[in-house]
Amino acid sequence: MTSKTAVKRSPKTADDAQPDTRPDAPRDAPLDAMMPVPFRIVKRTQELADTFTIELTPASGRGGAFAFRPGQFNMLYAFGVGEVPISISGDPANPKKLIHTIRNVGAVTQAISNMKVGDEIGVRGPFGSAWPVEKAEGSDVLIITGGIGLAPLRPAIDHVLANRGKYGRFVILYGARSPADVLFMEQLTAWRGRLDTYVDVTVDHATRDWAGNVGVVTRLIERANFDAYHAKAFICGPELMMRFTIKELSSRGLKDEDIYVSMERNMKCAIGHCGHCQFGGKFVCKDGPVFPYSSVNALLKVRGL
Amino acid sequence: MGKEGDRVQAAAASVAVIAASEGLDALLKLLQRGGYRTIGPKVRDGAVVLEDVSRADELPLGLIDDQQPGAYRLSQAKTPAYFDFTHGSQSWKRYLFPPKEKLWSAQKTNKGFEVQHDVDAPKYAFIGVRACELNAIAIQDKVFIEGDHVNTSYRERREKALIVALNCRRAGGTCFCASMNAGPKVERGYDLALTELTGKNGHSFLIEAGSEQGEKILAKLDARPATPADLKAAAKAVDQAAQSMGREMPKSARKILSKNLESAHWQDVAKRCLDCANCTLVCPTCFCNTTTDSTSLDGQNAERWRQWDSCFTLDFSYIHGGAIRREGSQRYRQWITHKLASWHEQFGVSGCVGCGRCITWCPVGIDITAEVRALAKGK
Ligand code: SF4
Ligand code: SF4
Ligand code: FES
Repeated sequence: MTSKTAVKRSPKTADDAQPDTRPDAPRDAPLDAMMPVPFRIVKRTQELADTFTIELTPASGRGGAFAFRPGQFNMLYAFGVGEVPISISGDPANPKKLIHTIRNVGAVTQAISNMKVGDEIGVRGPFGSAWPVEKAEGSDVLIITGGIGLAPLRPAIDHVLANRGKYGRFVILYGARSPADVLFMEQLTAWRGRLDTYVDVTVDHATRDWAGNVGVVTRLIERANFDAYHAKAFICGPELMMRFTIKELSSRGLKDEDIYVSMERNMKCAIGHCGHCQFGGKFVCKDGPVFPYSSVNALLKVRGL
Repeated sequence: MGKEGDRVQAAAASVAVIAASEGLDALLKLLQRGGYRTIGPKVRDGAVVLEDVSRADELPLGLIDDQQPGAYRLSQAKTPAYFDFTHGSQSWKRYLFPPKEKLWSAQKTNKGFEVQHDVDAPKYAFIGVRACELNAIAIQDKVFIEGDHVNTSYRERREKALIVALNCRRAGGTCFCASMNAGPKVERGYDLALTELTGKNGHSFLIEAGSEQGEKILAKLDARPATPADLKAAAKAVDQAAQSMGREMPKSARKILSKNLESAHWQDVAKRCLDCANCTLVCPTCFCNTTTDSTSLDGQNAERWRQWDSCFTLDFSYIHGGAIRREGSQRYRQWITHKLASWHEQFGVSGCVGCGRCITWCPVGIDITAEVRALAKGK
């Protein structure tokens, strides 16, 4: 009988419970996708007043690569406190280092923030869709982001820079609330120093020591040089910022299918089982978080979906 | 011969008739001896619930239900049958996907922590699973088993479960399974299927096997071969249920909803809807859940529990200091649009099987079929 036998076909014993679909599944892959795997914090960097970066290694001591694609995320678990979805912010070419950059906004991120080097954290993942870095080969690439949104885009930036010859012009536009909120300042400066990359940064509110741009990130678009008909744009930031950015890009001639956005929704499971992340017919956790704008533009127009 | 002939042959081999009370008793006993926890309908606090049953005389013999939008009542039937009520608020979902379940526990170690997977998967036999329910189970299979990731405890319970299905002879007051292609005849996904027969030949059940396991059980029962008259009576009984269904879902429900995301009608429903979440809790397909993490007082042990959640709560869509679906109108829209439209996009089927529970158990009697019609009219 159809549905019944379909179920019975699946294996039953513990050792074949959950096929791990990761490209390089670590040997300590869990029995169930809801079970976190312990990782140890090997490095912690305070980036900004409320933002920090942690580097993780499997607590089993077996090491091993944590392969992921730029834009994917993990569920990070603080013992007894809870779980949060956090994008991976490390270099995909260096999967031995599992890196997350986290803004301290709630109980779980606060608990993780309080952890020290040597402490253990639970990891489930990687989950979700990726920035289409392969598809963008041969095109100009625009990275447009604000605030903590730079973290999930950093793996894409790393990838493009590591394969720089495969891409056309490379434009990074970044906006922060104030100069003290500019994330990865050193790296932004280093990228800006390259002749093959155009980097422009703006802040909403300047302080006296800021000599750069003031205003919203969309204002940087008009100055940037790119071929709108042969470009892919990757956008990550608050929904309102993304909306204005898209409007500007569309008026420059970018097609909806060349614009990619990273969506954010409440997430409990990250595997399409809890329903929390629904956005129309999409599950942000498994169909996203990265979507071609052409697949979500109608949904983004409806309030409270 | 061809296909039709094969089917008749196959049917002849696995269809029989058992006596009503003695047959049910024997079936229950057989299953229990096989290590099954037999779950079936019982009456509690004036409503049919699904609980452990060990003997036929625990079943609600002779009761029927009157179900209307916002109303449920049991009464004595003229013909004493075992299964002529339809279903109460509970569905088999509560056994395959329990309202609250421990997922794992973790212990602190001197260096970090260790996590153990917890599974509670009894071997259930479900007695009296109606067509809409079988379809609802198949839908939850799609969510929890057939995607990229598996809910392993659901899968284990599901694989172990034995299903004794039931053809309805009578439609409940809020049922509309026929218009959802989800009943009243059970088509697939069962081990055994019963059709109750009452009439001048006495009280009995037509019993059909739908799986190898079902055949084995059937072979052990004291049954007589089914006659053409039995088959005809059974077919007529199911037909009767289909004919007596007073409700239907518009065929174009999916399109109507997709086109009306910005309808003014959402405000109208929101005025009536209490946001109580009853409809999602009684719905046999709603799968939304949340997880809760906790620690023991000494901080040495931690647990994660999964429990049913509902898109009607404000917290459900909470993110960074606010809910995405702030208005009741947006939450009702999420519920009905998910059921009837976006479910197709996600799982290739409708999320509604027409069981009518959300209509009966809505305290203000909001009727999912009527709301779709109102949306179509653009009110
Ligand atoms: S939406 Fe209502 S009628 Fe449809 S399956 Fe759920 S409870 Fe039953
Ligand atoms: S209708 Fe609501 S509670 Fe039910 S599955 Fe959909 S989102 Fe979840
Ligand atoms: S986070 Fe649970 S379904 Fe997407």
